[in-house]
Amino acid sequence: MKLRQWLIALSALAYARRRRRREQPGPQPDGSHHRARLSRSPGDGRLVPPVPADRRAEHLVAVLLVVAALFAAGFVVVYAELEPSTLTNQLLGVCIAGSLACVAAALAVLARRLVVTEELEEDYPEPDPQAQDEVAELVREGAGGITRRRLLVGAAATAGGALGLAGLTPLLSLGPLWDTTPLQATPWHRGRRLVDTGGAPLRAADIEEETFYAAFAEGAEPDEIASLLVLVRMSPSALRLPPGRADWAPEGILAYSRICTHAGCAIELYRKPRFPALEPKPALVCPCHYSTFDPATGATVIFGPAGRPLPQLPLLIDASGYLAAAGNFSERVGPGWWGVREEPS
Amino acid sequence: MRRTGSAVGWPVRWTERLQPGWRRALAVSALVLAGSATVAGAASQNGIVRPGHEPARPSVALGRELYDANCASCHGIGGEGVGRPRPGAGDLAGAGPSLEGVGAMAADFYLRTGFMPLANIHAEPSAQRVLFTPKEVRALTELVASLGPGPGVPHPEGRAGNLAEGFRLFTEDCAGCHQSLARGGFVTGARVPPLQGVPATEIAEAVRIGPYLMPRFSARQISAAQLDSIVRYVLWTNHPNNAGGWSIGNLGPIPEGLVAWLAAVVLAVTCLAVSRRLRA
Repeated sequence: MKLRQWLIALSALAYARRRRRREQPGPQPDGSHHRARLSRSPGDGRLVPPVPADRRAEHLVAVLLVVAALFAAGFVVVYAELEPSTLTNQLLGVCIAGSLACVAAALAVLARRLVVTEELEEDYPEPDPQAQDEVAELVREGAGGITRRRLLVGAAATAGGALGLAGLTPLLSLGPLWDTTPLQATPWHRGRRLVDTGGAPLRAADIEEETFYAAFAEGAEPDEIASLLVLVRMSPSALRLPPGRADWAPEGILAYSRICTHAGCAIELYRKPRFPALEPKPALVCPCHYSTFDPATGATVIFGPAGRPLPQLPLLIDASGYLAAAGNFSERVGPGWWGVREEPS
Repeated sequence: MRRTGSAVGWPVRWTERLQPGWRRALAVSALVLAGSATVAGAASQNGIVRPGHEPARPSVALGRELYDANCASCHGIGGEGVGRPRPGAGDLAGAGPSLEGVGAMAADFYLRTGFMPLANIHAEPSAQRVLFTPKEVRALTELVASLGPGPGVPHPEGRAGNLAEGFRLFTEDCAGCHQSLARGGFVTGARVPPLQGVPATEIAEAVRIGPYLMPRFSARQISAAQLDSIVRYVLWTNHPNNAGGWSIGNLGPIPEGLVAWLAAVVLAVTCLAVSRRLRA
């Protein structure tokens, strides 16, 4: 079997290397020279020079290892006996660290003082120009079988190019180049109600100015990012929404996608001026990179790295006074990609 | 070392190497600096104007006197507010919102935190050393409360709140600006202060007022019971349970990662040093 042959070959190689080391320096029957020196070999049948016994080092290693064992035992005792607390955790850490440190120290002492080390030098072989020429000539003549070189080179280039292209093809699966339907889907349609974090439908009368709310699509999956909204109420006279959105904000209640159009974090900050004459105007801010959106103008970006405004959801107030969507978002939700400015389906 | 006959030690010896003209200029500028420091120290460090004879008990009349002297240039003589900056007392240009109907709660909050009086109308109000005495704060609060009906000072019960519920509410409504352990942060245009050391009343007042750029949460959005829980949580962040030992400021993964990297580098260097000693 192939495995057997490999094992035999490897062990023969190892044995032969050991045998080579034991040969004396000088010219060999085949004319080559061995340069390995074992000049420090003691000559009394030993391979390694004897080292005087260092009992103190041995005792030190033993003591360190026993201390490591004690630390480890301490870990077990602390874990079993003490109630969880800050002090307990720190004691546990000290025990483990102490145990590992003692083991490390023991190994260091062992390596430094108890394990024999020696350095053996071996010179570089002297360059043999004749042998080098022979090898070069060998390579040249060895390629004598190739007569149609250009054909083979052309074929190899074709194969290499095609193989490289094939290797790059899986990159196409990284993004939604062809199938963009998963990014278009939102749970919103006309009449779908807004609910708060507890699942209770939101009434328009409960939405106040100068604060902000989180809202979801009623009945949507919890991990559906297009269902997450940020809700604010502003005075209708302060609104300057893009054309076509005049009726998207009943009573001045605005709903925007909470997913920042920069990198997908949720908008969690809202600033509102106590004294508008001197303070910055209301804005929704993302905590990740501080993209700042102006809710009065359709969540246009007034600061930060976001590249497009937050998608706005048109709202309506139904007969019972609850807030519901009047349609789908103005743009696709989430961080930008090349199809993002189209309307979602 | 140069030896001179000067009896004065090294602080003055180096001046002997200067040209005479430079030495004179140095002496004059030192004198000027010392003089101005004295003058500045002697000048009034307290920017509050008080009546010469204050009554022992706070009253609306005392509040009126303090208001006229310290607040009217920005908030108007009758508390009606000043819409656009106009020259006021001294060199100050004042502008400020109306105080009619803000109630005792707002006055109490802004005065006891030191947010007001504001030295520069374009600056962000922040917690300062309170220059009014507690009696004066009471008097001003009574005056502002008399300007129109408004909310009174709240009395939150931190102990009545539920810590887990407070954590949930704080994470939902507050942690975006104030950080999940109330260590503070930023919003575009303002610093968001940390809440350690803030008493329960001020926490409740800030939630209900929405000072400066902070949103205002009314009882319909955060009920009184929920506010108690939030107050309990914020008070808890004064001594959070740092189970791991070193909290690293409770700031989050970035400082913790920094520390981990530094520790890893130290350990790696230690291993290198140990191995170098062994090889020697």
